[in-house]
Amino acid sequence: MTASKKTALYERHINLGAKMVSFAGYQMPVSYPVGIQKEYSAVRNDVGMFDVSHMGQFSIIGDGTLDFLQKVTINDVSKMKVNEAQYSAMCYPNGGIVDDLILYRKSNGYFAVINASNIEKDFDWLKQNLTGDVELENLSDEYSLIAIQGPKTRELLSQFTDADLHIPFYSYIDAEVCGNKIMLSRTGYTGELGFEIYGNHIAVQEIWDSLIDTGEVTPAGLASRDVLRMEMKYCLYGNDIDKTTNPIEASLGWVTALDKGDFIGRDVIAKVRENRPNRRLITFVMEERGIPRQGYEIQVNSENVGIVTSGTQSPILNCGIGLGYVKRGLNKSGNEIDIIIRNKPVKAKIVKPPFVKNTSLME
Amino acid sequence: MNIPENLKYSKDHEWSDTNNDVAVIGLTDFAQSELGDIIFIEFPDIGDQIFIGDTIGTVEAVKTVADMFSPLSGEIVEVNENLEDAPDLVNSDPYGEGWIIKIKLNKPKELDLLLDSKSYETLIK
Repeated sequence: MTASKKTALYERHINLGAKMVSFAGYQMPVSYPVGIQKEYSAVRNDVGMFDVSHMGQFSIIGDGTLDFLQKVTINDVSKMKVNEAQYSAMCYPNGGIVDDLILYRKSNGYFAVINASNIEKDFDWLKQNLTGDVELENLSDEYSLIAIQGPKTRELLSQFTDADLHIPFYSYIDAEVCGNKIMLSRTGYTGELGFEIYGNHIAVQEIWDSLIDTGEVTPAGLASRDVLRMEMKYCLYGNDIDKTTNPIEASLGWVTALDKGDFIGRDVIAKVRENRPNRRLITFVMEERGIPRQGYEIQVNSENVGIVTSGTQSPILNCGIGLGYVKRGLNKSGNEIDIIIRNKPVKAKIVKPPFVKNTSLME
Repeated sequence: MNIPENLKYSKDHEWSDTNNDVAVIGLTDFAQSELGDIIFIEFPDIGDQIFIGDTIGTVEAVKTVADMFSPLSGEIVEVNENLEDAPDLVNSDPYGEGWIIKIKLNKPKELDLLLDSKSYETLIK
């Protein structure tokens, strides 16, 4: 058992009174003294800031990089221009998901951002599949990462940079913020307008401090982040996707470029798409009081038809919401299902995602 | 962490305040802080006969769910209905407005099994 790592912002979380938990091998803030609900509201209405330095970063450069990435990821990397970002996944030959990731195209190569819990596994997987003239480097310990999210983020950040912050969703710029050179990416995991800042530890510490000092930014932890991402139906690796789920059943068909040529897992995934998956990831709302949790059974007419993969209470809808898999044919929105909560069926209804609409995401 | 001296505590992080043979039961400050924002509480039914250690309800918080275990034996005589609309009282005032149930004790001697504030403080350290 190795001791949990600390991010460069650890001391700041402690000083802010955060409740820390061990997550993916890191000591991370789960919530701050204001509580999850207020952190949530800050992100939906104002500005919230997350330390997500536990996430992993790989640099992938060399003349063979495009061919390599086309082989190991499922989205079409050839479509990316410099300064663009792309959501994607890596799959095993059987179609199961190794990890989901964000890929950035830089002027000299690519930069991949992966889940903290999968850093070693992903690195080994990529190394194992490495082809000619590709240089792969794990930079996870060198980067800090913060996510600044909420409808007022652009307004707030503009006080600290001369850069034009009207950049397209899923793109990035190299910018100077608070006198530090960082990578400013218009991405996030909340469904709101927001930016993620990748930089060295000192740079990110200084930016964190400057933003906190404004008094207009609410530090937010993993618990509120989880609620925010569920409301948007953003998958979490280890919950909604893993090595036993394929991209088609996980509704990641939109990032699966079957027409780009061969890639690892393509044959199986193409067959799944052709024959339709045996199960589908659905989103549902509770119609009676109850909170769905990962692992709860889903039933229709007292028959087991699936399993909950993520669930919480939605502050906006003021009811329980969840993600889960159900058997093929049962996944239509409007369908009534039962969630088994402590041996009792509790009524729920399948709905179209996302749970929260008209957010500031594209503003 | 607030641990009032006049209360008795269980290892499952409930407090009891006994007056005659009726005990008011709630969650400790430590418990509410560990659970985080509480969304609702499932109560037992009034009139339920319960034994020490029986489940007397479930606390649903944003990030987790926890069962409450009765620190004492007796009959459920009252539940805090205010928590239906304001479950966050358990977070904001765990020893006051956030009380959870009242039990009419049938074995008051069981109070000797509970911890005093000092022992409870040691437990959560």
